[in-house]
Amino acid sequence: MNTLQTLGYEIRSKNAGPFSLTIDVFCKDADTFAQLAAEPKLQAPAIAELFRRPAQSISVFPIEALSVIKISLPRPVVQGALQDRDMHGAQWAFILLDALGTGEDPRP
Amino acid sequence: MNTPIKVLTPTGAIGTGFPRAAFDQALLERPDVIAMDAGSTDSGPHYLGTGTTKASASILRAELRVFMQARAELDIPLIIGSCGTCGSDAGVDLMRGLCEEIAAELGQAVRIASVYSEQPASVVKQALAQGRIKPLQLDHIDDALVERCSRIVALMGVEPFIHALEDGADIILAGRSTDTAVMASLPILRGAHQGAAWHAGKILECGASCTTTPANAVVMAAIDDTGFTIKAIGEGARLTPRSVMAHMLYENSNPHVLVEPGGVLNVEEAVYTALDEQTVRVEGSVWTPSEDYTVKLEGAAPCGFQSVVMSIVRDPEYVERFDEWLAYLDSVMRQRIEKHLGIGADDYDLQFRAIGKDSALGALESRVGAPVEIGVMAIATSATAERTQDMVALLNPYLLHFPLPGDKDLPTHAFPFSPASMDRGVVHEFVLSHVMVVADPLAPFRFSIKTVEGA
Repeated sequence: MNTLQTLGYEIRSKNAGPFSLTIDVFCKDADTFAQLAAEPKLQAPAIAELFRRPAQSISVFPIEALSVIKISLPRPVVQGALQDRDMHGAQWAFILLDALGTGEDPRP
Repeated sequence: MNTPIKVLTPTGAIGTGFPRAAFDQALLERPDVIAMDAGSTDSGPHYLGTGTTKASASILRAELRVFMQARAELDIPLIIGSCGTCGSDAGVDLMRGLCEEIAAELGQAVRIASVYSEQPASVVKQALAQGRIKPLQLDHIDDALVERCSRIVALMGVEPFIHALEDGADIILAGRSTDTAVMASLPILRGAHQGAAWHAGKILECGASCTTTPANAVVMAAIDDTGFTIKAIGEGARLTPRSVMAHMLYENSNPHVLVEPGGVLNVEEAVYTALDEQTVRVEGSVWTPSEDYTVKLEGAAPCGFQSVVMSIVRDPEYVERFDEWLAYLDSVMRQRIEKHLGIGADDYDLQFRAIGKDSALGALESRVGAPVEIGVMAIATSATAERTQDMVALLNPYLLHFPLPGDKDLPTHAFPFSPASMDRGVVHEFVLSHVMVVADPLAPFRFSIKTVEGA
């Protein structure tokens, strides 16, 4: 979902191999980056809660040169396991997008 | 070394298409090697589990023909890693068969190296007994797990490619390889800066993904003594320091560090400088050899016979009360399956995915909507094809007619197909995330290097 113009950032998630998930938060400028780099919802404890993974397994990399915050964690389900619902792991980005607040009420 | 080594990568994966005009334009710059890969784990465990190839053989053949012609005209090596999607021996042989057919057709005499990366269970068990298997993301491994795998591959580094190149190979068709090693091997053989060669390999691995014009570009990196210059080639092709640097993020847990066979690439201090709109210079990548030489293992094991039954719920009352209906269906089906088949809850796997509601995210879904209809995908898995068929037979009438609690009339939901079920055969799971320590980087791999005389 291209939210770079409306929200100032966009979020993508993807497998990093069958066992890891990596989420990239692309910020439109340095100000948004500075703001999101300090956002509690993008720190390990909140990510752990959101994706139900141990906090110590989560890595957060603020990459100032690219205005990107990269978050890596063990995949909530191993890719292709019986319980897996999304082979390429791209939908998990939307959970984080919703958690950050997209400006819409998610309820009907 | 005096002249930079130019690596041309026309596509992120052979068989998925490439911009022909951009490729032809790149050939005018006389690359030293054409290198690309043919697979990854991204399509899931099926391919490694079965040894099969995702790409169509006829498309692979058509693309390979173009690459083989270009290779012959420039008299440079053509390197294809991770053949057959998963790097299976069968995937390498598929590509080899195509290569030999094309060579005969074109009248080319070529030296073809097949490099196989499948690991017999006995080799892995021996390494396990010798303490040479180390866990990455999964701890569990024992002889029984190794034997359960229908296929195990080891990811090769640059050494097997270098070995084949030193043997005079014109074309290398390799089994499972790290994406980067495929591109880094020739520059490293010719003495280029190791950090630059590996870093360029990572940037090249998805073809034009590192450009700002991915639909209409191919990429070429020139690696020298101190760094590399990466260029987007094609009509209107562009790349920027940002687009190049951003590719380090792609499908990579750590944006600064890449662990490869034989060492670690660190790009944290790398400096990216635009030379013009098509070209970026990268310096400062650091390669640190590791103490032990390790190869990563990938293994897939069968986890049952699976069938899927689809039904669409459209009745507004059923859509409205869907959760209640599905919970009731789930409990009735489990009871019926266990009673009729005389089995317990551990003897089968049954899942219902509500498409239109939360099928992609399940319990983690945070949104609630008001769908017009909901697709119910019942996924039945068990240890035998017969049991799975029995489950499907039990599910079928229920998915068609299952009522809400207290509903006197039997509804009829929508079956999109006849038969309503789709057999998926044996399904597989990834079960290894380990490395194997080896004394010799070539030891896990088998070579067949032969010259094919064109007709």
